[in-house]
Amino acid sequence: MSARAGDHGGPILTAHRAGLLGCHRCGRVWPADQVDCRRCNAHLRPPDRHRLQVVWAWWLAGLIAYIPANVFPMMSTQTFAGLAGNSEATILGGVVELMHHGSYDIALIVFVASIIVPVGKFIAIAWLAIVAGRPATSEQAHARLKVYEVVEFIGRWSMIDVFVVAILSALVQLGFVASIHPGPAAVSFALSVAFTMLSAQSFDARLIWRGLPLRSRRDSDDL
Amino acid sequence: MIHEDSYNLETGRGLIACPRCDALHLEEHLEPGETARCIRCGTVIAKPREGAFAQLIALAFTSMVLLVGAVFFPFLQVSAMGFGNASSLFDVALAFADGVLLPLVLAVLAMIIGLPIARSFLLLYTLVPLAQGRTPYRHAARAFRWSEILRPWSMAEIFVIGTAVALVKVAGLASVHLGPAFWAFAALIFVNIASRAFMCQTTIWDAIEEAGQSTEYGRPAGADA
Repeated sequence: MSARAGDHGGPILTAHRAGLLGCHRCGRVWPADQVDCRRCNAHLRPPDRHRLQVVWAWWLAGLIAYIPANVFPMMSTQTFAGLAGNSEATILGGVVELMHHGSYDIALIVFVASIIVPVGKFIAIAWLAIVAGRPATSEQAHARLKVYEVVEFIGRWSMIDVFVVAILSALVQLGFVASIHPGPAAVSFALSVAFTMLSAQSFDARLIWRGLPLRSRRDSDDL
Repeated sequence: MIHEDSYNLETGRGLIACPRCDALHLEEHLEPGETARCIRCGTVIAKPREGAFAQLIALAFTSMVLLVGAVFFPFLQVSAMGFGNASSLFDVALAFADGVLLPLVLAVLAMIIGLPIARSFLLLYTLVPLAQGRTPYRHAARAFRWSEILRPWSMAEIFVIGTAVALVKVAGLASVHLGPAFWAFAALIFVNIASRAFMCQTTIWDAIEEAGQSTEYGRPAGADA
């Protein structure tokens, strides 16, 4: 490992440019014909736009799963064996209900975690996958890496709503008085979050940093 | 400082590529407390800490103990109009064992209990021999890689926030008391934060490599200098 943080005047040599392959897990560098990293056993992948297909596939799966997650109820609450009402709430309905109870802060957490974050994540991943490999200035590349890191960090927090439903339906089994059951949206929402996490993970951040042409280049002439 | 023969642009020996932007760096020994950042994107490549292995081992043990407590002690107790329900996560799993939602319950339990325990175990498997200066166990590299792959999927801290939201939702319906398992989860958050501060992947990879696994390109195992 070398170098301190800060400005670096000289040209930067990437592993790909040098005809080498860097391991995306442990950073060890191998010749371009190596298949697996011999240090950590991870599969070595060149930073190639073709890999974006995987990102798009998971992204689409996540989007499809997100539709029933919003249409169907997350959970149904049964009070007094259904005599005093049997209410079903979708994600948005749950937020509205929380606001009626006056707990605006919790409503905000749920709203951000289950609506703003997933939608923002779909947009951010799609944008990153579209601009990846396009020529970019250094500032743009830094901004894109920042966006990617935010997406990667924040994605798992959408699971909050699934956990809420799981806890409530496990605990509120008070026989006659009240019971809560999870709805179909809980499963599809959990799947949607998992798929978008996989989509973000399969995005190769190295693509941000290079104006990579569509065909893979393996020449080491431009050292 | 940099010798011509300390790296090789043909085989990649002595070089390290930034996992985020692919920029090549020369491998260099870092003292504890130093930080190596990528010259292009600024990603932290290595940040060794004094006594990190011993700390990580201790924290992995702590997290295992807390998780066992979190499974079997009562999590939340709920009561309304004389009907009560106190359940540990283990009871919950049993209650749903024959329902249609079994896959959801299994996935949730895996994310909050199974994966954190698995990660602690994998980390111990990798680090215990390294901390004692012995040869790593077989497949130590694979174990550590899986521990890192599973990191985003172990969601104990998100579960705690989820519990807080659930408490507010149920507050109007019934009275709720927090059980010991909830506090075990809360403690787990801090254990995870501490563990992350001591975790430096590059240092552990280097240690695995130096402690016996030959990873030289194009040479038979054991010929490592």
